[in-house]
Amino acid sequence: MMFDWIRPRELTQLGMLSMNKRNIDYIARYNDRQAYPLVDNKLKTKQVVDEYDVPSPKLLQVVREQHEISHFREQVANLNGFAIKPAKGSGGKGILVITGRDGDDFVKPSGSKVSLAEIERHLSNILAGLYSLGGSPDDAVIEALVRSEPMLARYSYQGVPDIRIVVFKGYPVMAMLRLATRASDGKANLHQGAVGVGLNLANGHALNAVQFDRPIEQHPETGLTLTDIRIDNWHYLLNMASRCYEATGLGYMGVDLVVDAEEGPLLLELNARPGLAIQIANGQGLLPRLKAVEALKRPHLTPEERVHWAMTCAGAEDIPEPHRSIPALEPALQA
Amino acid sequence: MIRHSKAPFYLATLLLIAAGLLLATLRHLQMGVPWLPGEQQPVWLVEARIDFQAWGEPVSVNLNIPEQPPGFYTLTEQAASPGYGFAITEQQGDRRAEWTIRDASGPQTLYFKTRLIPNSETAEPLLDPRPVKPSEVFLEEPAATAARALLQQAEARSSNAASLTRELIALLNSQTPDQNTRLLLSDGALAPTLHRLLNFGGIPARIAEGLQLEDARRQQLLQPWIQIHDGERWLTFNPRTGVQGVPADVLLWRQATGSLLDVTGGTDSIVRFSMLRQTVPALQIVRAEADDRAFGSLSLYQLPVEQQGMFRMLLLLPFGALVVCLMRILVGIKTSGTFMPVLIAVAFVQTSLLPGLAAFISVVTLGLLMRGYLSSLNLLLVSRISALIILVLFITAGISIVGYQMGFSTGMTVTFFPMVILAWTIERMSILWEEEGAHEVLIQGSGSLIVAVLAYLVMRAPLAEHISFNFPELHLVVLGVILLLGQYTGYKLTELRRFAPMKRYL
Repeated sequence: MMFDWIRPRELTQLGMLSMNKRNIDYIARYNDRQAYPLVDNKLKTKQVVDEYDVPSPKLLQVVREQHEISHFREQVANLNGFAIKPAKGSGGKGILVITGRDGDDFVKPSGSKVSLAEIERHLSNILAGLYSLGGSPDDAVIEALVRSEPMLARYSYQGVPDIRIVVFKGYPVMAMLRLATRASDGKANLHQGAVGVGLNLANGHALNAVQFDRPIEQHPETGLTLTDIRIDNWHYLLNMASRCYEATGLGYMGVDLVVDAEEGPLLLELNARPGLAIQIANGQGLLPRLKAVEALKRPHLTPEERVHWAMTCAGAEDIPEPHRSIPALEPALQA
Repeated sequence: MIRHSKAPFYLATLLLIAAGLLLATLRHLQMGVPWLPGEQQPVWLVEARIDFQAWGEPVSVNLNIPEQPPGFYTLTEQAASPGYGFAITEQQGDRRAEWTIRDASGPQTLYFKTRLIPNSETAEPLLDPRPVKPSEVFLEEPAATAARALLQQAEARSSNAASLTRELIALLNSQTPDQNTRLLLSDGALAPTLHRLLNFGGIPARIAEGLQLEDARRQQLLQPWIQIHDGERWLTFNPRTGVQGVPADVLLWRQATGSLLDVTGGTDSIVRFSMLRQTVPALQIVRAEADDRAFGSLSLYQLPVEQQGMFRMLLLLPFGALVVCLMRILVGIKTSGTFMPVLIAVAFVQTSLLPGLAAFISVVTLGLLMRGYLSSLNLLLVSRISALIILVLFITAGISIVGYQMGFSTGMTVTFFPMVILAWTIERMSILWEEEGAHEVLIQGSGSLIVAVLAYLVMRAPLAEHISFNFPELHLVVLGVILLLGQYTGYKLTELRRFAPMKRYL
């Protein structure tokens, strides 16, 4: 296993996107620097996607100053579950999820307890910029706890499963489901050991699954067969992801969605530098799909049209026809 | 969104690289800076030894010394003469070393040493277009008639002054000399006779004195050479063979018309020469030459020695940066902090590798342990880092003292590590440990160390040190390569392993 290599030619044949190519040809070319704060700051993301009818978990509180931490105690007094996130955090760093109470202590998804003092220290660390990019001072965002829809939740160990959709110029190009494992400590981060399940863009059905970049059949903890997974409301989820393009203007991004048991699909966060592991989970390279979008002579104007195009390309049939945008309006829109 | 054409970028980068290479080549050709370190160049050490008997009154000794001898470049000149005042004077193209003393008696010895680099570029005789008149020569009969006959004979077989000189030399050196030649040579040696003949024939001529250079020869005397002025420059002939030009192993010591040695206040003076062929690092020569060559003012050797030492270090940084670029872009090694490895490598350069590694690992390990305690104190980030800096200071002081007590002076070298960088490294590692586990700390920690050691090895390479300091323009090439690397969109080496599971889908 240690000396298992693949030839560069074979990778090219598979259309695998490399880190360097992603950075130069996609992120640097299609992602406007000005738009970065929109996705690097969860508070701003929330505000901006809200205008485009993309719902996100309910915002409970924002802690901006050190002295506000003392009020945190009063404000969470009647809350059972919540998630504390650094506004400018990346890669899931510094996210503390509380699912319940045990006397004065708080309970994490893993069942371990956290004291109020520890939470306050965590808040203080967030404000000091421990988890933010470049260590700049940060805000702590406290959101309502997402309780995953049970059909999906049973596949995941402790954490909430989320769906990562790579959206290129507004077209969904690849998707995967991320399931927490014991190794990932209840987090849906692939490099920490979460399971990635590639999803067919046409129907939301599982393709195959990987953990630590190696293929697996069953979830290591729950033991369920991963290829049986079907995502409901697939067309709606893709539409939601596609609308984030209008909201942020980012040409190449990762959209992380969760399906809440009560609220339905919610946007968890946007990522201007989505990882490459999604290709392994799908067993396919991103490049052919990205190039297909780049080759479009006349891009589609509405999210519905783009999703329709992307699903058709992936082989979907009998999907609802989108409302055609009226050509006469185009110049006015561009002006 | 904006799609620039890449052509101007590549053009500019290639220009950058070409400019760097061109400048370096020019410097190499112009100043003879060697491409490789430790390149040796031969140097002739020629010593003139003057012996005379002083009369016990003020003494002044005057020795003609070489000025721009053809085929050589003067590296150093120095006089050894205890008690004497020394100066180099120059009057009308006559360069002289002058020793003076108020009172001297008995046998005296003075030395004049010069070091000369053979230099084929200066072998051509210098242009000297001033009109030179032949000196007046009066020959008595029958020598005058013999001289006229000889000159006529030579003139008939020649076309210009140079060929006439060659013909005259051939006649004088003939195996079967005729009557005229024998008559002329009967009252003088070959060179003075030739000198007289040429001037008598209206060709400006003078006698130069040259030294046959042979390794480790002593007690040598100067040999006469004939020089004629053809209207533009002084041409040199060997009066014994008639060959024109100065051979590479002959140093023309005296080309001026003045005397070789003047001694006032003494007698029985003689000057003898000894010589030695040495090799010196070519760089030493460059340093000595830096003052008076075109490129010299652009050389870092112009800086004060202290600044030179600093630049020597700074100029190695681009190589370290290049190593980091290669490792991250082409290989894909994870490091903690992008350029932390370069700074660690710089510290290694000062501490040397093994003591540096030992010191670095022990400081970071101890720091991580203490950071564990700090994290339980519930401190703000800024004060935690500040506390960590102070702790790192204590650790380094402790290591230095313990190392010194145990007799390792290497323990002291730990102070070369940048404290703030160490503190941040510890902080990052500690957070990495808490969030991603010890495994990731090991990966990033060893990645950083591997890159640091590689950067160290590159920066320590004699070639890198030599190139970076002597050819600063080659940093343009490094810059160009780094810019090109920034355009690399291919796979990293680590990706070939990471994506190996994709083989199933081929």
